[in-house]
Amino acid sequence: MFRSRELSLAIVGGGIAAQCLCEEVLKRDPGVNVTMVCAEEQPPYDRVRLSELLLGDDGPEALALRPPEWYEDHRVELLLGTRVDALDAAAPALLLANGEERHFDEVALATGSQPLLPPIEGIDKPGVACFRDPEDCDWIRAQARPGARAVVIGGGLLGLEAARGLVARGMRTTVVHLVDRLMERQLDRDAAAMLLPAIEELGVEVLLERDTVGVLGTERAEGLRFGDGSTLAAEMVVVSVGIRPEIDLARAAGLEWARGIVVDDRLRTSAENVVALGECAEHDGVVHGLVAPIAQQARVAAETLLDLPGEPYRGSVQWAKLKVAGIDLVAIGRHSGDAAAVDRSATTYRKLVVEGGRIAGAVLLGDTRGAEDLLAAVEAGEESAEPLARLAAAATASAADLPDSAQVCNCNGVCKGDLLAAVRERGLATAREAMAVTRAGTGCGSCRGMVKEIVAAETGGTEEPAYLCPCRRQTREELAARIREDGLRSVSEVSGACGTGRECGACKPALAYLVSEINQNRHREERGAKFINDRVHANIQRDGSFSVVPRMYGGVTTPEELRRIADVAERYEVKMVKVTGGQRIDLLGVRKADLPQIWRDLDMPSGFAYSKAVRTVKSCVGSDFCRFGIGDSIALAQRIEREWEGVHTPHKVKAGVSGCPRNCAEATVKDIGVVAVEGGWQVRVGGAAGANVREADVLCTVETADEVLAVGTAFLQYYREHGQFKERIYDFLPRVGLEQVEEAIFDPERAAALRERFRIARAAAGDAWRERDRPYHANQFGDLGEVEDPAAAALVGPPADGGIE
Amino acid sequence: MTRLCDAADVPLGEGRVVRVNGRPLALFRLPAGWYAVQAECPHLGGPLADGIAGERSVICPLHERRFDLLSGEPLGHECEALKTYPVGEREGAVFLLTPEPSEPSSRPTEVPAHGFQESP
Repeated sequence: MFRSRELSLAIVGGGIAAQCLCEEVLKRDPGVNVTMVCAEEQPPYDRVRLSELLLGDDGPEALALRPPEWYEDHRVELLLGTRVDALDAAAPALLLANGEERHFDEVALATGSQPLLPPIEGIDKPGVACFRDPEDCDWIRAQARPGARAVVIGGGLLGLEAARGLVARGMRTTVVHLVDRLMERQLDRDAAAMLLPAIEELGVEVLLERDTVGVLGTERAEGLRFGDGSTLAAEMVVVSVGIRPEIDLARAAGLEWARGIVVDDRLRTSAENVVALGECAEHDGVVHGLVAPIAQQARVAAETLLDLPGEPYRGSVQWAKLKVAGIDLVAIGRHSGDAAAVDRSATTYRKLVVEGGRIAGAVLLGDTRGAEDLLAAVEAGEESAEPLARLAAAATASAADLPDSAQVCNCNGVCKGDLLAAVRERGLATAREAMAVTRAGTGCGSCRGMVKEIVAAETGGTEEPAYLCPCRRQTREELAARIREDGLRSVSEVSGACGTGRECGACKPALAYLVSEINQNRHREERGAKFINDRVHANIQRDGSFSVVPRMYGGVTTPEELRRIADVAERYEVKMVKVTGGQRIDLLGVRKADLPQIWRDLDMPSGFAYSKAVRTVKSCVGSDFCRFGIGDSIALAQRIEREWEGVHTPHKVKAGVSGCPRNCAEATVKDIGVVAVEGGWQVRVGGAAGANVREADVLCTVETADEVLAVGTAFLQYYREHGQFKERIYDFLPRVGLEQVEEAIFDPERAAALRERFRIARAAAGDAWRERDRPYHANQFGDLGEVEDPAAAALVGPPADGGIE
Repeated sequence: MTRLCDAADVPLGEGRVVRVNGRPLALFRLPAGWYAVQAECPHLGGPLADGIAGERSVICPLHERRFDLLSGEPLGHECEALKTYPVGEREGAVFLLTPEPSEPSSRPTEVPAHGFQESP
């Protein structure tokens, strides 16, 4: 099409849709004169992240999609705080609130939506707020008082995010929801049932099936009244029951409308030069109330406005992620269909929905791995004969498995191909640069891990190193060199010399490990640098009590030990006695002060179940008893456990010895596993059976138990010297590469040196529970007791007997 | 002034719980001095006295929420602030410094006013 001058375009709106369209247009034709007319005072911002304003003290500028200078740089005229009084669709022209009439070649409506207010009595009282824009957040922040009661009407996505924000503000918060489950639009019954306790765990009370009929209070809101006559007191009421497309302007202009402004497959309204997109638009009978479709709509609308050819808009798969810290939830497409595969555990729920043989939706709660992969599958309408296998495949899909067309960042509509193109064409080196250029990962942030993975795979991985002390940007290797050169022997000496761990203290346990490892356990111990578990040699539980796990070499115990364990459990009123997965016995719910006496009564060595150290060596009954056994697995497991006990490692080490390839000790998914085979033992390393399952790599097959110990000990010491703190062997091996490890431990000289260093470290380690008789401090396990003083009443309240008046 | 304990009762770099009029406080002995805050983490009730301390902050052992020991403010996360209490050491003993009602200016100036709030 020939144009005698540059095209002029007005975009009405200041949300994600408006900004996204502006960028899609300029990307295709930088010469277009774009005017953005925003009713709100701030430049276009990311409404999806609105709840962040409740969590922190940032102003609305924190949500800005682009810095103010971006608009100048791109010659975009930005009219802020400017309402549009009327649209002349034929001209087309806009009549602005200041009386000015402006003519344009084309107009795009991205007016978004208004919060839906339920028609209940008293909804207009002071003290009732919506949760829709930064002004609402300002109001909520100003009114929130710690300890006061707030109630959120609506248990949908936004309502739950608002409730989380109110709790963060210290308010006692209740969500009331009309329906019998949370987020019923995105979640099936089972997923909603699992979400409920997770929400309650955040401190949010949830009342389901409550029909709110009125707001209580005379002057201002004082609570809610429900259909069954019951009431709930609250000083603040936040309404989040849904949205109403903002179509007043379009309606008055005579455009066709239904629930939203009706648009065709080119996002055209009933007027020739007017398009609409985002939450104000209705396509094929659907108003998309979520952010996901915006990127696709903006692309089509831009092509329509510029008269460019392109794929028409065919509707979008609905996609939502709950942005509440600690709860991972992604819902894609439909939550129910004519068939489904479900993979669930106590804390995770993964469902793949199939309709007519094709993948139509997914619900991922607690474990959202593969969300991008499944979204691509739903969008493509992928056929699925074996949905359970497909679900499992998605969980292990890596960035490399995704097609270039797979959308990685759903907030900003960035595909894997866009990222790769940015890296290749602009020669970007890091994920941070790629995120700045493509805007991938700058919305809700849930895709950042995937973005990093894709960029690292493309660039060969020149990401930031893993810092031991992120505050000081010091790596393990730098610090290790300094500790060796200067002969530093304690955490405080390293802190003094290098500043490591001084500010926040978070890296002190990592530093403590490094200092002990390099000094071969001849370091100066500073317990304050260690996690509480390693100060008192027991595992802290969620209620602040501790658990006690005595060592049972190879999972073998005796009647005498069991009797002592039973006596201790009764004497100290242990809350639970549990057989662990590592073939020993866990005494749960022990008071810290009781620990030394319990250890004395048990008279068994510490199992180190609380520490980063060799935990258990699990075994099957082996050749002594089992009719299939070909190796004496019990004897070997006990021997390994005795040789390795008490030595700290970068992360916990779980081992196992199986007496035949039937592998009853599950040795092939242990950090270090040994399996008896005809003529000897197979030694494996790097197995995992946690959140991910990894089969251990075969290191070698040897003939004798002595050789197992020799190679195993060399490997363990190599890991002790090279592993990052909190890096399990199954992460360590892929990072350094099996070949590099083999080079060291199969070289006779190097292996002998490794074993010698292990022997020295082991000689200085011992049974930690001996501290029952030699505590490092008189108050190692004790607290300071009670002080009663009326004079302290002004600070902490009166003494229990009320002796102050 | 309320005497809480001997200085030697708390290992350097660690915290311990002391109950004052029945209210548990987490008392820390750090290289920079003594600090006292409410004993329970406002997040989910974790025992802050068992946490790892930085220069002037503590990390809850349960969910790694970090707080400033002087202001009580959460650091790097969203949470209620801790109640903080002015404490000091004199002649080998640790004291809770009670503000004189007649001379509010005798409060240590660094301690923010909300550290003195009456507990609910």
